[in-house]
Amino acid sequence: MVASTAWVAIAVAVPLLAALASLWQGRWTALIVAVLAIPGSLLANVGVVWTVFELGVHRHPVGGWGAPLGIDLHVDGLAAAFLALLALIAAVITVHMLVDPDMRALSPRRRSLFWSLWYLVWGALAAMFVSGDAFNIYVTLELATLAGVILVSFGHGTTALFASMRYLLLGTFGALSYVLGVALLYGDTGTLDLALMAERIGSGAAPVVAAGLVTVGLAVKAALVPLHVWLPPAHASAPAGVSAILSALVVKAGFYLMVRFWFGPFVQLDGATWTVLGILGAVGVVWGSLCAIRQERLKLLIAYSTVAQVGYLFLLFPLVAGGAHAAAWSGAHYLALSHAAAKAAAFLAAGNILTSQGDDRLSMIARAARHHHLSLLAFGLAGATLMGLPPSGGFLAKWLLVTAAVDTGQWWWAAVLIAGGILAAIYVYRVVRLAYVTSPAEPPGSTGPPRPPGLLPVPMVAILAALALALLSVVLGFASAMPLRLLEIGMPAVVPPEPEPGR
Amino acid sequence: MDQADVFILAGMALFAVSMYSLAVQRHLVRKVLAINIMGGGCFLVLIAVARRAPGDVADPVPHAMVLTGIVVAVSVTAFALILARRIRAGTGRTELPEDASEQT
Repeated sequence: MVASTAWVAIAVAVPLLAALASLWQGRWTALIVAVLAIPGSLLANVGVVWTVFELGVHRHPVGGWGAPLGIDLHVDGLAAAFLALLALIAAVITVHMLVDPDMRALSPRRRSLFWSLWYLVWGALAAMFVSGDAFNIYVTLELATLAGVILVSFGHGTTALFASMRYLLLGTFGALSYVLGVALLYGDTGTLDLALMAERIGSGAAPVVAAGLVTVGLAVKAALVPLHVWLPPAHASAPAGVSAILSALVVKAGFYLMVRFWFGPFVQLDGATWTVLGILGAVGVVWGSLCAIRQERLKLLIAYSTVAQVGYLFLLFPLVAGGAHAAAWSGAHYLALSHAAAKAAAFLAAGNILTSQGDDRLSMIARAARHHHLSLLAFGLAGATLMGLPPSGGFLAKWLLVTAAVDTGQWWWAAVLIAGGILAAIYVYRVVRLAYVTSPAEPPGSTGPPRPPGLLPVPMVAILAALALALLSVVLGFASAMPLRLLEIGMPAVVPPEPEPGR
Repeated sequence: MDQADVFILAGMALFAVSMYSLAVQRHLVRKVLAINIMGGGCFLVLIAVARRAPGDVADPVPHAMVLTGIVVAVSVTAFALILARRIRAGTGRTELPEDASEQT
């Protein structure tokens, strides 16, 4: 493997080229594009990670045009980790969608559009993770959201249309709020480059207003309570693979950018905001979990669980403001990565059940749970990370966060983490219990009753794809040394201001 | 307060007014209009920021941003209108259901 800054450009270009190639409406197009894009993207990402370990934080001037005229791709450990996980998860979901019976039901024209939009979401996310330019971030953010919104509208019935519309309106509001903030920042600093912006940002009203606008815009994208209302219907009514990528990574993008801004240009701005973000996150953990517990439909349950899990991530801000640093940084990002794998697995498993019986109400699943045992197993493994059970990746991440909270005397954030884990256990148990408690009694040694009428077969590859992602979320708990070392490369050393006493 | 500041404040006022509309108007086409005016507010701020650059020539970077922004706004509007028509054809409704998680 050669360490080169060009790997990152390839990692971004592969999905974008795949999006273009998918527009060709051939019988084998989807298969050929996937066979070329998946190994290409995985190889490029190995190259990026290798380069980060060899060269550390680096920039790639696209086309040889450096900043400020050109747009640099900026890679640090955090970006490389998100980029690599995106490639891994998107690859598995692509395989799942290749065999998904729902996809085969689409007309050739709609199918080629679907694939093109799918790779566009992938490419836009990849570009966003390595973008060091505030306006480039806007473009990639809008590309990911717009393509995501259209993919949601591929879901079944008018519910998907309503969900898509709500997502579009709120998502566009978020993007415009962000761009207005960036306009004010440009007026203040005269640059769009995040690193230069951090050096030049002044004090006064404009940066504060800009920070507020950018934060609100990104909070919509991250579905931070109370701006989360678009998420549950959109993620619950989208096709399985789309729900998986939206919940796993598109939502994380909002959080990721929030980190880029608050640990970059806004770092010295206002200590109180760090605490407010944490409080909203904590409210999200409790509210999202309580809603998830009350859901009757499996996909809505998983979607509300995303609202809760995103809440945890925002505990990073108050923990760091309160003096914790490396542990909180690693913990929050490790949680984002483990949750991405777990949530993608959960949605693929739910998609398989939905494909099989055309209904994802828990009471209906209970009737045929015997036939969904592998999907329920995948959900259960993913659930271990959502709850934070050892030895999953979620456990390790929460352990780091709790340690960070206790070491700096901020036990109330630790309480939120533990309470969230207990609430998650309740909603995960509601689903997993179906596999055991309500299964009809069978004579030992039988291979199970014949498939009840009305249940459609699910391709084994689709079931294995869900299991593979669930295993990934668990394996992240064991094989943590390398990803944790990666996350600390280029970790911002700046310590933000303490919140003023009394606030 | 110079001319550019007036335009910046006007742009932000437009943004705030249309944000209010987006929240309270129920008809989908009105919501799409609100989004467009909101975008207009952003573009006005960007162009005023460009005029503030030292020298006689306006800064071209915000102009490029406005152009990109218009492309995005056109795509969003086109898709939102198609979606609104689909919703009307499918359900006869021109508004989103009150409850976010309502299932039809």
